[in-house]
Amino acid sequence: MAVNKIWVIVDRQGEKIAPLSLELLTKARSLGGTVEGVTWGDADAIAADVGKYGATTLFNVGDLAGGLPGPPVAAALAAAISSSGAPDAILVPHNYDGRDIAARLSVKIDRPVLTNVVGLEETEGSLVTEHAIFGGAEVLKARFTGEGPAIFVVRTKSFAAEEGDGGPAAVTPWEIPDLGATGGAKITDRHVEESEGPKLDEAPVVVSGGRGLGQADKYSMIEDLAKLLKGAAGASRAIVDAGWVPYSHQVGQTGKTVKPTVYIAAGISGATQHMVGMKGSKNIVAINKDQEAPIFSIADLGIVGDVHKVLPKLIEALQGRS
Amino acid sequence: MNVVVCVKQIPDPANPGKLTSDTHTIVRDGKLILDDSDAYGVEMALQLADAAGGGEVTLVSMAPHGETSGLRTALAMGAAKAILISDDELAGSDALSTAKVLAAAIRRAEPDLVIAATESTDGYTGTTPVQVAEVLGWPSVSFVKKVAVADGVVKADRQTETGYDSVEVPLPALVSVTAGVVEPRYPSFKGIMAAKGKPVEELRIGDLGLDASQVGAAGARQQVVSVEPAEARKAGEIAVDDGDGHEKIVAFLEQLKVI
Repeated sequence: MAVNKIWVIVDRQGEKIAPLSLELLTKARSLGGTVEGVTWGDADAIAADVGKYGATTLFNVGDLAGGLPGPPVAAALAAAISSSGAPDAILVPHNYDGRDIAARLSVKIDRPVLTNVVGLEETEGSLVTEHAIFGGAEVLKARFTGEGPAIFVVRTKSFAAEEGDGGPAAVTPWEIPDLGATGGAKITDRHVEESEGPKLDEAPVVVSGGRGLGQADKYSMIEDLAKLLKGAAGASRAIVDAGWVPYSHQVGQTGKTVKPTVYIAAGISGATQHMVGMKGSKNIVAINKDQEAPIFSIADLGIVGDVHKVLPKLIEALQGRS
Repeated sequence: MNVVVCVKQIPDPANPGKLTSDTHTIVRDGKLILDDSDAYGVEMALQLADAAGGGEVTLVSMAPHGETSGLRTALAMGAAKAILISDDELAGSDALSTAKVLAAAIRRAEPDLVIAATESTDGYTGTTPVQVAEVLGWPSVSFVKKVAVADGVVKADRQTETGYDSVEVPLPALVSVTAGVVEPRYPSFKGIMAAKGKPVEELRIGDLGLDASQVGAAGARQQVVSVEPAEARKAGEIAVDDGDGHEKIVAFLEQLKVI
């Protein structure tokens, strides 16, 4: 099977296309065949960029009337598949709305989903995915055996986003079928939590804290250091579970994947759950009391020491420079 | 208000995971424990049922070999009863098959609300809860970090990339909750003793009207091509802090031109 057609779910970040969707468009373009985008909201505003990254058509589900994207986008995809045929693959961003869309679509068309995809290539006529398992210690390759379309939910930073030279994508409206009870969830208010500095998964420097900080209020050291390095503050699952830090800061298997130039892990032992989300960082600095901590096995610079001593001195030294 | 919590019993994540050599599925032979991620959903369900002034919390779980040790933990926290689906035909089930099985069991319990974790700690596909909602034909709110129920409506705060959305949804509905959403209680001694006598209904797929072709490895329609060691990252310089650890980090950052 050559790849004839791929659909890419185009999500937003603010007014712009989410970086992860640009990565998916770039990947789809490299696999050959026709690339078509699927979005909602104001499609005209992004049609030029979607085209530049390789899609010829941008299907638009339109205004969601305050509803969450999962049910209407999945229903519109299923309706389009049943009326005019399925693409070979549908690439879905591994984010909050993406997973809702993939989950509902998979039930509607009774096709399985492969999630946590970090690599995708055509091999001997089928699309083979890569998945990092056991904290990234092993790479598992998988493929679908049944009929398509293959639904792939792809993690951020798996592919680089590169512009092509395509003209604007042609916007084609899709109607939303009757959703019945499934469309019952409505957004009544949106809250933007102001965070200074770059986003966790785009920051060139990420400073993360873990259980070794001892108590919740010590996380301020992580935030201070991140700010001084113009980076973002991350966290291990242990301290998110403990309620010290919101889930949005979590780095790892169940959180964000980050690949910064420098990753500083402070008081993090390096559970497999955490390592899978950060071992792609270009440089890793680890500070931990326990010389045997697994994090040291992947650190370019490891400091065996107490974070309560090292971090304040590091913060002071950096303050002295700025 | 009756609440179902979907819980998963998994191998202890503190031990290294393993895949079977033939089917490349996760080895689940040893003792299974309640997935830590699920303790938040159980706690949330108990609090919501309390706040509603009554109703039961029922656990629904799918596990091999009639495994109940993780269920007993959640029953000890205060859940009233459990439905366990255990069947050799389920070996190798993917998220979609699992969702079909869980949804069929949930229908028997006739809950007003279903709660699940956003994803399991071992398989972490993260699609099962919303697949369950779609099989049931229900609305769902995923990645919820705060939830309250009043007058038949769920009010939930849903995580977004930039903050959170306030979302309202009429019952019946499914919500998936993130970790840290509430502080799970520790089972009391009394709770642990009481849990031993609480009912666990064990079902096979036939009891749910499901066919072996829809579930298990046959229903998964996907295969593992290979499993190989990832390119190893080498450890670099490791130094014991003698009061100069921060200087080494500053020098390293300078060398990388980050500062």
